[in-house]
Amino acid sequence: MNTLAQRHGGGIILLTVIAAFMLTTVPLPESLRALRPDWVLLVLIYWSMALPHRVGVGFAWLAGLCNDALTGLLLGQHALAYSIVIYLTLKLHQRLRLYPLWQQAISILVLLGLGQLLLLWINGMIGRPVHAWTYWLPSLLGGLLWPFLFLFLRGLRRGFRVT
Amino acid sequence: MVVFVLASVILMTVDHRQNHLDGLRSALSVALYPIQFLIDLPATAGSWLQDTFATRRTLQEENARLHAQHLLLEARLLKFEALEAENLRLRELLSSSFKAGDRVLIAELLSVDLDPYQHKVLLNKGERQHVYPGQPLLDAHGVMGQIVEVTPLTATAMLITDPAHALPVQVNRNGLRSIVVGTGSLAELSLPHIPNNADIRAGDLLVTSGLGGRFPPGYPVAEVTAVAVDPSQNFAKVTAQPLSHLDRSREVLLVWPPEPQTPPETAPEAQSAAPAPEANPPTADTAAPSSAAGTQAAPEPAPAAPTAPTPAATENEE
Repeated sequence: MNTLAQRHGGGIILLTVIAAFMLTTVPLPESLRALRPDWVLLVLIYWSMALPHRVGVGFAWLAGLCNDALTGLLLGQHALAYSIVIYLTLKLHQRLRLYPLWQQAISILVLLGLGQLLLLWINGMIGRPVHAWTYWLPSLLGGLLWPFLFLFLRGLRRGFRVT
Repeated sequence: MVVFVLASVILMTVDHRQNHLDGLRSALSVALYPIQFLIDLPATAGSWLQDTFATRRTLQEENARLHAQHLLLEARLLKFEALEAENLRLRELLSSSFKAGDRVLIAELLSVDLDPYQHKVLLNKGERQHVYPGQPLLDAHGVMGQIVEVTPLTATAMLITDPAHALPVQVNRNGLRSIVVGTGSLAELSLPHIPNNADIRAGDLLVTSGLGGRFPPGYPVAEVTAVAVDPSQNFAKVTAQPLSHLDRSREVLLVWPPEPQTPPETAPEAQSAAPAPEANPPTADTAAPSSAAGTQAAPEPAPAAPTAPTPAATENEE
């Protein structure tokens, strides 16, 4: 292991997370709003897979909290969902990294679906149940977008030499 | 990880049940405001560019059109002032409470999307402008909703079509009181608990009744679209369409409802309320009669049913 563990490019990680926040709140036409994939979670999954020693459950928890404050939800909702999903990702990241991209996308779909399930439970408990089947489409879209996002972020990581 | 899970659960419970976390939420919102501002920037920049590069002819045409509209509105306002003075005199005769005017503030919606399953919008006015949670929100055509959260720089409002929102209304025609509940669809509201033999029909105008003390009475809310009476059910199924342009308005009005007044000190108010077309309307002031409130194109408060508003303890929001 590196004894001189360099920590480069924290700014890039932060920048991508902020870009994900912006994508989460950018206005979309009414019909497309329900289809928006969870950008913040996707970006967090990538970074926790690529740099597990740097992006961990704590970072995910904070990002979830910010997401709650940004979208006007109950504080702690996304924080909980993100912590659990990133925890699972950290446990599985070594296996996930070895999969081919399309198989990774399926696993990411499952992880996103898990995140959405947790949010659905929380929403049901506070009395805001969602009954539409279209609720699950964002996970599907997230899974489909994963290969592109992965390649893009990997390009960023290598380009800026983020460690 | 367990620490974080516990912390999240605690945060959620506290936020759901009590308001202790408002400070934290405000702090986070202020920290995240630059992001929201950046997202709103293209829309604002677009409309600014459009204004700056408008041709002279467009401006002249718009000017003429606004003049004509202004003239029409002033004419209607004269009649309204007379009606209102008459209303005040009649109230005085009946010794009922005096209704003061409404103070308003214009705000703009930030074009930022919040959670897609909740009908909430973000405004660019916050605590600094004395916005408070529970404050009613209107646009030029009707009631839009109420403020639910306030941070120093922004405020979040819940629209009347959110499934968790309920609003006390009355039918304009006959004063039948009811509650209108959001359904989750932007074009539909529902009135639960209307008996099968109630006198309500399609085309009726629903206005705020003022019960609950949150929304000032008399502002239009919705128009009834369908009344389905089924004798086998306990209640009739009534749906209404909101009058305000919930998905199109960008400029909105925040209203401060009038304070409930004690039985009137009639002489000074009666003097100032006398139809005075020669007097200059004073600027927006809570004590001024509503004929003089500096509102711009406020929706015409329809003549409310002649009952004094009772400060009932009903909640607007579930």
